[in-house]
Amino acid sequence: MVFELINANPVVYEKKERRARSAPSDYSDEYAAEPIDQQEVFDHVRDIKDPEHPYSLEELKVITEDAIEVDDMQSYVRVTFTPTVEHCSMATIIGLCLRVKLLRSLPSRYKVDIRVAPGSHASEASVNKQLNDKERVAAALENPNLVDMVDECLAPSYG
Amino acid sequence: MELYEGGCDLKLLETLEGHGDRVWSLAWNPATGASGTPLVFASCSGDKTVRIWEHTPSPSATWTCKAILEDTHTRTVRSCAWSPSGKLLATASFDATTAIWENVGGDYECVSTLEGHENEVKSVSWNSSGTLLATCGRDKSVWIWEMQPGNEFECVSVLQGHTQDVKMVQWHPTTDVLFSCSYDNTIKVWADDDDDWQCVQTLGEPNNGHSSTVWALSFNASGDKMVTCSDDLTLKIWETDNVQMHSGDGYAPWRHICTLTGYHDRTIFSVHWSSEGIIASGAADDAIRFFVGNKDGLVDGPTYKLLLKKEKAHDMDINSVQWSPGEKRLLASASDDGVIKIWELVSSSTGNGY
Repeated sequence: MVFELINANPVVYEKKERRARSAPSDYSDEYAAEPIDQQEVFDHVRDIKDPEHPYSLEELKVITEDAIEVDDMQSYVRVTFTPTVEHCSMATIIGLCLRVKLLRSLPSRYKVDIRVAPGSHASEASVNKQLNDKERVAAALENPNLVDMVDECLAPSYG
Repeated sequence: MELYEGGCDLKLLETLEGHGDRVWSLAWNPATGASGTPLVFASCSGDKTVRIWEHTPSPSATWTCKAILEDTHTRTVRSCAWSPSGKLLATASFDATTAIWENVGGDYECVSTLEGHENEVKSVSWNSSGTLLATCGRDKSVWIWEMQPGNEFECVSVLQGHTQDVKMVQWHPTTDVLFSCSYDNTIKVWADDDDDWQCVQTLGEPNNGHSSTVWALSFNASGDKMVTCSDDLTLKIWETDNVQMHSGDGYAPWRHICTLTGYHDRTIFSVHWSSEGIIASGAADDAIRFFVGNKDGLVDGPTYKLLLKKEKAHDMDINSVQWSPGEKRLLASASDDGVIKIWELVSSSTGNGY
């Protein structure tokens, strides 16, 4: 376990105003695929709590709306997050939280790639590789301690 | 072989439901499907169970789940493999153990549990004579176990060499040479030199190898070619000298002969070479693809062409594709969507396959 904070004094930013989602038309077929957009994906992940601070990923600018790419036609989402410091050992746990939240929130047809922003992390390639190896993610999610940690971070995101 | 020329289609025969989580892998019982024995295969899943499926040819051809192997593994069952005689099934689990199951009058009993790996076991494979078993896992090691009388297994070697998670082990189809592929992007070849197992070759990026995780490998029928698949979105074909390999005159090295690039859009998790030379691949883009050797390309060395691509074969990632033993061109596929599909590759009535 980590006893010292990785980033003791993070910069905290203001939260973005939450926009209302346009209401779906009431005659719509409930089985019709409703396109998913950038804002919807952002809303799913913005309130995830940082593993070591009482702030959300949005407040720490780990996640921004612009860092989310969505291609609904191709059922594809890519989330690019920016760790607060270059040597952040929490990067994989943050990435795991993002993956788990989207796994639970998006339709199963979606393919999700999670990566750290290019140049934002000292071990960028290895962090990205680990986050996108679904076998290792599956094994991690069978580890009760890790699941507890992820669930704690995700709790505020279920508004 | 005429099948390829006229084009072909992939016909869905049946969709098998039952697993409560993603299906990671499946294995056909090699002793079934011939001389009136109904085909049997095993599947394993994130639901911690293994299911045994049997084909009932008549009155209407269907597949039935004959047994559920549960309450032994406490975590995901990642891989399974039948002994060559089809009497024993080995299952590798994230719970760090490998279980050996024996079919006793239709009931499967766990007759042995192999412990030793530090954490997740990812793959298990029997050698061609059924005397040796190999396992590998996240602890970067490959273990070789020798079968003793009374279903006892003794570890005869722990092979270190991979620098990362080992994804798959596979014995050569005719010789006692073991292959392993890894998250470290390499394939390693292990051979027994005077009772001392060691790495005799590493196929990595400097030998035209893969640039990301190698997930699986498979051999052609004669064992002189191998196909590997990777997170780098390519398949690679490797070749060795068959005469030298069987002469006992030193180790016959493997060399890269061709890379199939531009065909896959996401990670390729599984590849399997059929006895008649058709390579099937299963990938994270939900598609199954088939490749065959291209006879026209022999001047510049062998080339391979896409025979057929089945889009949306499953609703989610395809983790395993396996050709059945027996006469028909049957393929089983396992997916994150929790189902197994049984397909038949048939001649296309309309001419061009794709």
